[in-house]
Amino acid sequence: MAKKTTKKVRSAPRTRSKDAADRDAKTQAALKDLAGGIAKSALSGVEPTFDVPTRSSSNTNWNRKRGILQMGDAASTRQIFNLGQARKFMQSLRHAHGISRLIDQDKTTSLRGMFYTGLGDVHDVGGKKVGEKTFDDQTESDAILEDLEVTLGALREELHIFAKKRGAMVGNITIEDSGDTIDCRKMGSGGYAIPSICEPDRVKFGKCEADFVLHVEKDTVWQRFNEDRFWKTHNCILTEGSGQPPRGVRRLLHRLNKELGLPIICLLDCDPWGHYIYSVIKQGSISLAFESERLAIPDAKFLGIRSNDFERCNLSDSVQISLNDRDTARAKQIAAYPWFKDHKGWQKEIAKLLKNGFKLEVEALINIDISYVTETYVPERLAAEDWLD
Amino acid sequence: MAAKKTTSRTRATAETMAGKQRDISVSEFFAKNRHLLGFDNPRKALLTTVKEAVDNALDACEEAGILPDIEVLIEELTAPPSPSKPGRYAVTITDNGPGIVRKQVENIFGRLLYGSKFHRMKMSRGQQGIGISAAGMYGLMTTGKPMVITTKPGKRKAAHHLELAMDTTKNKPEVTIDVETDDFPETSSGTGTRVRIEMEARYQRGKTSVEAYLEQTAIANPHAQITFIPPEKAAGGPALEVEEVSTELSHTTELADRYIFPRAVEELPPETEEIKPHPYGVELGNFLRMLKGTNEKQLAGFFKNEFSRVPPAVVKDITSKSTVKGGKTLTGQTYVSTVDHDAAERLYRALQDSKLRAPPTDCLAPIGVRQMLSGLLKGVKAEFYAASTRDPAVYRGNPFQIEAAIAFGGDLPGDESARVIRFANRVPLLYQQSACCSFKAVVETGWKNYSLSQPRGALPVGPMVIMVHMASVWVPFTSESKEAIADYDEIRKEMRLALQECGRKLGTYLRRRQKMRREGQRRDVFSRYIAEIARSTSALTGDDEGALLDALLKQAQARTAIADAELDEDGNYVKPEKKPAEDDGVIIVESEPSPAQVEAKGNGEAASASESDAGRGLFGTDGESVPVRRKKTKSRSRARKPTRPRA
Repeated sequence: MAKKTTKKVRSAPRTRSKDAADRDAKTQAALKDLAGGIAKSALSGVEPTFDVPTRSSSNTNWNRKRGILQMGDAASTRQIFNLGQARKFMQSLRHAHGISRLIDQDKTTSLRGMFYTGLGDVHDVGGKKVGEKTFDDQTESDAILEDLEVTLGALREELHIFAKKRGAMVGNITIEDSGDTIDCRKMGSGGYAIPSICEPDRVKFGKCEADFVLHVEKDTVWQRFNEDRFWKTHNCILTEGSGQPPRGVRRLLHRLNKELGLPIICLLDCDPWGHYIYSVIKQGSISLAFESERLAIPDAKFLGIRSNDFERCNLSDSVQISLNDRDTARAKQIAAYPWFKDHKGWQKEIAKLLKNGFKLEVEALINIDISYVTETYVPERLAAEDWLD
Repeated sequence: MAAKKTTSRTRATAETMAGKQRDISVSEFFAKNRHLLGFDNPRKALLTTVKEAVDNALDACEEAGILPDIEVLIEELTAPPSPSKPGRYAVTITDNGPGIVRKQVENIFGRLLYGSKFHRMKMSRGQQGIGISAAGMYGLMTTGKPMVITTKPGKRKAAHHLELAMDTTKNKPEVTIDVETDDFPETSSGTGTRVRIEMEARYQRGKTSVEAYLEQTAIANPHAQITFIPPEKAAGGPALEVEEVSTELSHTTELADRYIFPRAVEELPPETEEIKPHPYGVELGNFLRMLKGTNEKQLAGFFKNEFSRVPPAVVKDITSKSTVKGGKTLTGQTYVSTVDHDAAERLYRALQDSKLRAPPTDCLAPIGVRQMLSGLLKGVKAEFYAASTRDPAVYRGNPFQIEAAIAFGGDLPGDESARVIRFANRVPLLYQQSACCSFKAVVETGWKNYSLSQPRGALPVGPMVIMVHMASVWVPFTSESKEAIADYDEIRKEMRLALQECGRKLGTYLRRRQKMRREGQRRDVFSRYIAEIARSTSALTGDDEGALLDALLKQAQARTAIADAELDEDGNYVKPEKKPAEDDGVIIVESEPSPAQVEAKGNGEAASASESDAGRGLFGTDGESVPVRRKKTKSRSRARKPTRPRA
């Protein structure tokens, strides 16, 4: 350090809650456990291994009672002396070390940041470069981090890693984000960008008058609702997840639902993709099954677009987007999900979609009138409580 | 009845025809049909001449118990005026054989179908005794120059210089010059023969050249030293002294004025026994002739002494079976002269139906596993050599023995079909490969089983030379020019089995080698990540990084221990404390240590990669000795000493 001529400017210290400190201590202990097990095996002449819970559909179970997807007990063993795993083994430890340093410094970084943290040259036992990078690209790094999450039983937030933020929120609520008070009623046209970490120690809920949350699929629709001040007229919170909502958005919706008791109502496209987004919000996803308890919202509701809206709203033929083979296959797959299989409404809905042979986007309603969706469609449906759940 | 048509021309009568009918001399016949003997074109004529002379020289040396030392000199007297026309060449072959007594010279070199080899059942290179005399005749016909023979039959005797022409109509030699001379080179034995034939020919390199023939001869006759002076070197001034090539491992070397195919083994092939024909190989006509020509008085003696494997019990059996009602009673005591044609035929049939033991096999002298390996080692630049000798077998009553060898890898071209070199009684066969039984056997063998690729119905592809040798008292050639072995099922089967034996060894070797490489790569991968794992783990736990690294490295090495294994000649792993079993005729030329092996040796320190010895040119023309691990191999053939007393 003494050699460095440029002076390092320390960033301003962040206040750290006791919760956060406890959480970090727990994560550090998990990291030490992982490395300790490896060291112990190595020194006693046994092949070092660690178990990574399997993140696959076969190891994901649907908990009917709780209405969420949960991860099973299956785990795969990562071995050091296995040609296909040696590199991943090294990468896991390198990231484990990186995370440990991150926690020590009390900083968070993005997935991309972690990729750069872990990036380096591979050196052989003699300390010679072998012309190989520790990570070839970020996808490799991301997969290792996901593995580490499940291996350590720690959430991404607990590892001090955040995902790229996506999604926005406006509405009758005040929140406190990292000590800053944010009034979501005064967010202009852009809205509050939902951070990827929405844990209670980061995001706290303040005053909230809203009656429900309206979650829309994408930005364009959200813009329409925000411009028409829908949240004001209907006293709600308006969120958007840019397609498949990232876990920050899902965590926030989950907390709004669980902590403030707000119903979550989704306005998504009438296609297998929209149905799948709803399914993930409601039940959780396979890849994040281990976090379902903190993400899934079993009583989320699906407001539309419904497959019979073409007739009900007198839509013109031109807004139809025909289903391709993949859509059809996907729709059938979704219909077979255990949580939809015994649901008459959903079976009818998907059957109708398949019978129609076309998809309908939320934007299709704009074809009738620019504000038809905010002034007529959603209010009517809300009033009639016409939704699927 | 139609009226007889009278012809205006006088037709030949029996009498006039009789006037034209006369003896055809054998030599005259072959003068017209020289392609039957391998003199179809100038190029082949040259090769055939060299071949016949060298074969004779080797046969003579071996019979006399002399390690052959043969020099082949080809001089270009007139270059071919155009590619389609032959030039004029002089071929001189000098051996250190026993020499030839003066009075036999004309007969041996000047008469077709004169020789010692036709009438006996004995394994030798020549068979009919037409070779060298036909070559001389060819030379005489094309250039008018007589054959020049110099021979020295005794150490202290003077050499004879003879010039020999041949009267093709009478099959009789004509000696034009006959003098005693001192002009004969010092040979190791003190005796020897030199033949010089001038002929129209063409000298060309390539697959069917004199050079290829000599190279292959050297492989099959590792006990012979052959010097070859091709035209381009023959012109190059006085002969240099031959440097003594005394390394254990000798390779074919090219010197400024000659090629040397050095001797690789110091012992002669075992002397073979002459055998009597086996009844199964004798046809009825032959049988009748033998019956007529025998000196034996009684049948028992006839069967006992003119055939092999006809014991008295069989004689008793067949004579009683051949006795018919009303006819003469046949027994072993029956006089041969009283056996009529019908009785002879019955005897023959009964003999063919009786169960006889296979012919004796001490008449065969296989090259031997060790000798084949030595031969291949000096002639072919490969990394793996395997050879096998089958036990003797029988076709049509003729005993034969098949040997096969494989040379694989090294400098051999990898993307071409394997090269098949074929031998019959140690003589290379260069022409008509695809008509040859051995070629068919190679194609028939499933090389895919031994990790080689092989297109359907074709030779395997890979860096490989396949050698097939057939030793027999009578090799069934498809023609008199002795170019291909006839396709007998028994022969083909033995060839295939021999090839499979070699193939299995090769397959094992290849698989093991592959495994070693794979393990080496594995270790490479492991050791690459171990350092990083140790570093990160130590940073997290506070354990000593070096200790962790050592522990992991130790495990990595234990897990990939196979990479360090040495393969023995059978492709088995060599356990360091155990000497490999002495068997099985395989030679493996060690290659450089794999990088993984080198790397794994440095425990944490920088690995020293410099230990691979530099300058490992396997076939440096400088004739350096090459680091080759050559283990003693046990030849499968029974060791037989040449015990036959020499005349």
